[in-house]
Amino acid sequence: MTSVADGGPVLEAAGLTVHYPVHRGPIGGRVVHALDDVTLTLHPGRIVAVVGESGSGKSTLARVLAMAQQPTAGSVRLSGQEVRLRSRRARREYASRVQLVLQDPFSSLNPLHRVRYLLARPLALHAGVRAEAELDRRIRGLLERVALTPAERFIDAYPHELSGGQRQRVAIARALAVRPDVILGDELVSMLDVSMRLEILNLLSGLRDEERLAMLYITHDIAAARYFTDEIAVMYAGEIVEYGPSEPVTQAPAHPYTKLLIGSSPDPGREPALDGDDDDLGEPPDLVAPPAGCRFHPRCPFVMAHCRVSAPPRVDVDAGRWARCWLLVDEVEPTPRQTT
Amino acid sequence: MNGDLLLDVDGLCVQYDMPGGAPLLAVSDVSFTLRRGEILGIAGESGSGKTTLITALLRLQRPPAVTVAGRARFFPRDGEPLDLLHADARTLRRLRWERIAVVFQSAMNALNPVQRLSSQFVDAVRAHRRLSKAEARRRAERMFELVGIPAGRMRDYPHELSGGMRQRATIALALVCEPDVVVMDEPTTAVDVVMQRQILRQIARLQREAGFAIIFITHDLSLLLEISHRIAIMYGGRIVESAPALALHRDPRHRYTVGLRDSFPPLRGPVPQLLGIPGTPPDLRRPLPGCSFAPRCAHSTADCEATVPPLQTEAERVYACIHPHRQAVEVQP
Amino acid sequence: MRVPGWLLPANTKARVGVAILACYVVVAVIGPWFVESVLGLHATGISNDALLPPSGAHPLGTTQEGQDVLAQLVVGTRSSLLVGVVAAAISTVLSVLIGLAAGYYGGFFDSTLNAVTNVFLVLPGLPLVIVLAGYLRGSGGPMAVALVIGLTGWAWGARTKRAQVLSLRNRDFVLNARLLGESDIRIMVREILPNLAPLISSTLMLAVVGSILAVSGLDFIGIGNIDSVTWGTMLYFAQSRQAIASGAWWWYIPPGLAITVLGAAAALVNFGIDEVVNPRLRVARRGRSRRSKNVVGAAAVRAAVGPDERQAS
Repeated sequence: MTSVADGGPVLEAAGLTVHYPVHRGPIGGRVVHALDDVTLTLHPGRIVAVVGESGSGKSTLARVLAMAQQPTAGSVRLSGQEVRLRSRRARREYASRVQLVLQDPFSSLNPLHRVRYLLARPLALHAGVRAEAELDRRIRGLLERVALTPAERFIDAYPHELSGGQRQRVAIARALAVRPDVILGDELVSMLDVSMRLEILNLLSGLRDEERLAMLYITHDIAAARYFTDEIAVMYAGEIVEYGPSEPVTQAPAHPYTKLLIGSSPDPGREPALDGDDDDLGEPPDLVAPPAGCRFHPRCPFVMAHCRVSAPPRVDVDAGRWARCWLLVDEVEPTPRQTT
Repeated sequence: MNGDLLLDVDGLCVQYDMPGGAPLLAVSDVSFTLRRGEILGIAGESGSGKTTLITALLRLQRPPAVTVAGRARFFPRDGEPLDLLHADARTLRRLRWERIAVVFQSAMNALNPVQRLSSQFVDAVRAHRRLSKAEARRRAERMFELVGIPAGRMRDYPHELSGGMRQRATIALALVCEPDVVVMDEPTTAVDVVMQRQILRQIARLQREAGFAIIFITHDLSLLLEISHRIAIMYGGRIVESAPALALHRDPRHRYTVGLRDSFPPLRGPVPQLLGIPGTPPDLRRPLPGCSFAPRCAHSTADCEATVPPLQTEAERVYACIHPHRQAVEVQP
Repeated sequence: MRVPGWLLPANTKARVGVAILACYVVVAVIGPWFVESVLGLHATGISNDALLPPSGAHPLGTTQEGQDVLAQLVVGTRSSLLVGVVAAAISTVLSVLIGLAAGYYGGFFDSTLNAVTNVFLVLPGLPLVIVLAGYLRGSGGPMAVALVIGLTGWAWGARTKRAQVLSLRNRDFVLNARLLGESDIRIMVREILPNLAPLISSTLMLAVVGSILAVSGLDFIGIGNIDSVTWGTMLYFAQSRQAIASGAWWWYIPPGLAITVLGAAAALVNFGIDEVVNPRLRVARRGRSRRSKNVVGAAAVRAAVGPDERQAS
């Protein structure tokens, strides 16, 4: 594992754009705008949450950062160097520094392999560990780090003998086996029972504090993001619409979409908000032909004429905090949308 | 909201016959009541028995699930109470959809993909009511409007609608015969949080207008706290606590309820260090002699593991815990 | 790997089928030795006891040339089974290689392999086998016939395995292995192939039986190697020597029955295969279609479902 200079970013996405071609009839050239000009940095010892609904592009972002797919434009930089994977060896080296952990604990582990094999493979491939005794020792160490103890109970188990939370911990242990600098987690807990989620979140939090790992945590649950991550990037229709430290973003959101997300999340602490108007807040955006101007404008309660025409710029709200919204640009006056 | 009694379930037991071994007790001794116009939330994680409970009530369960004990009485507005578990096939067929409707978890996938929405609705309505095609279509249009789908979308095929619309369409389908009870099993799990809020608002509004009762089943306790009048918590096939929603949130009794409530990181207010609930859900093939939550409970004693705790009643709540939680929690408004 | 469940299916029909197949295997393995050494009967020795009906000396009678029918039947079991196994092995190996490669690599490679598979699917199987076997005219022995059957029968299996591989390839654990930097070969062999095993094993058994039936058909027409003793050649000679007209039922009924019972056993096993592949079907036997009557007291359950059915699980 190469050391990373303190303070500098370890993994960066610079202007990442991913367009998938759509094959539909004689009219060519239509694309799905999965990601558009996304810029994000990850630092050691900090967790960045990417929050958004399905179709927002968050999973695509994780996959591009893991180099599981090629971006249409833009680049990924590891420790300042642009990443270009030309050979299998280059891919392996990248994997030893950046690991992706996926959402489904049922399908991310091969059901026919025991935990021992699943953890031995990355150790053999990346740390060159092949001696039985050493492998065994390292595997036990990994299981201990993800709190799967006593190791005897788990080391020879098959995935179907474990609960969802345990399987996810094995997946995290597998990612840790290569001693990465960065862990990318895609909705790690959404398929787990509620009571098991916190142990995973606490585990990730511990990894950040003790091992100074850089992490990207993708979720649709903004309350969980607030709980343990340092920064939140809110994504909508393939773009980041707001970015900043978790607490201010959730307590005083700047972008109307963030406000909508927070207002829609279940919050037993607040007075029942189901009496409000169930006016149609619109459908999720069409990624093949996204709305002109600000992509959120069809659903925005504060939409102005300007929003329909030109895409808003990045506006700094505070130190380390910004959002893309015309409302934040001083000379434009907000007016609530007329209800039809 | 003390309406008439609508549903009375008493001591329901459902088991799965396993090949060459002891049966798996999916639902054990479940009793609850439902009143007209009441929204009852049933919260539980995987393996708690909540889905088995509903399929057993409606006699929709498939082998090897067998209902082995208990009683479930339905009280229609006119006529005698019906025993759901022993009614004959014809009565049951009339009951289903007309009096008791169900929206299942992957309901949006239950729409026939090769039939237009309007014809699916018309079929469903005419299966239960003597209406002409035109009348049935008008009724379907009205239902669509009620759930917020433009009437123009009726001639679409299911795949042309978004997930949220499909879910609302299935809710409309459930309401088309104006049932007394609508059972919803995880109706919003597959949709985004914004759409979820919209759908819940629509359900709440429809419920206020039409007055049907709802049994809302989900693993998301925080959601139930916002929509239900009353909440029942299921664990290991039993109801371990049942109380008015607010009381359950502010001052739960059963230790599992406390753990579950504290598994949801708060959006507002201070961020505490949360621990969730250690351990794993119980193995229903090897039921414990005592409380099934005892292995995961920090407050369990030998008594807890000896016998299943009985249900105690306290004002409007019941719970099955011999070392209940007592401290009231201040909730920031 | 887990113990394959297909060896002992829970379904009674499949158990009967497997038992029958096991009998055939036992006969094929020790039969010829037993019949020659213990019973002293010879399959090919020509004698003067022509067309004798079954008796103590010859339990299944003799042929026109005085050869013992029982001995022939037993030796024929071994040759038929052997050819069937070899042919099935060849076609299975081919279908796995092609299905795996096509499904995993995709793209141009997949399209090419698909085209080849399509050609073989479209070619009429039996006429092709007849033409090829006729061309060989018995040279190369029974193994040549096995090769021909194997080389023409892989296409359907390749198609189904490719479909399975396509779905496995998109599973998260395969993505993980690729991101980890595992080589393609290693992924195909260690990650995907083990998950393909149930499909392979279920089709293998049926491929063996299908090949045996094909070989018997070839032999009966006279295109196979008529010097070898198989069920098919027994029928060939029985027919050409007018066994039916002579009323020598002991000559043509045993081999015919052997073939028929084998086919029936395969069909029975087929019933059980569905349960192995789809575990949800396994427990659906009990209670059958009495959905709305599924509500009974425990005692009534025991009374309604007879004691034998409960033990069948």
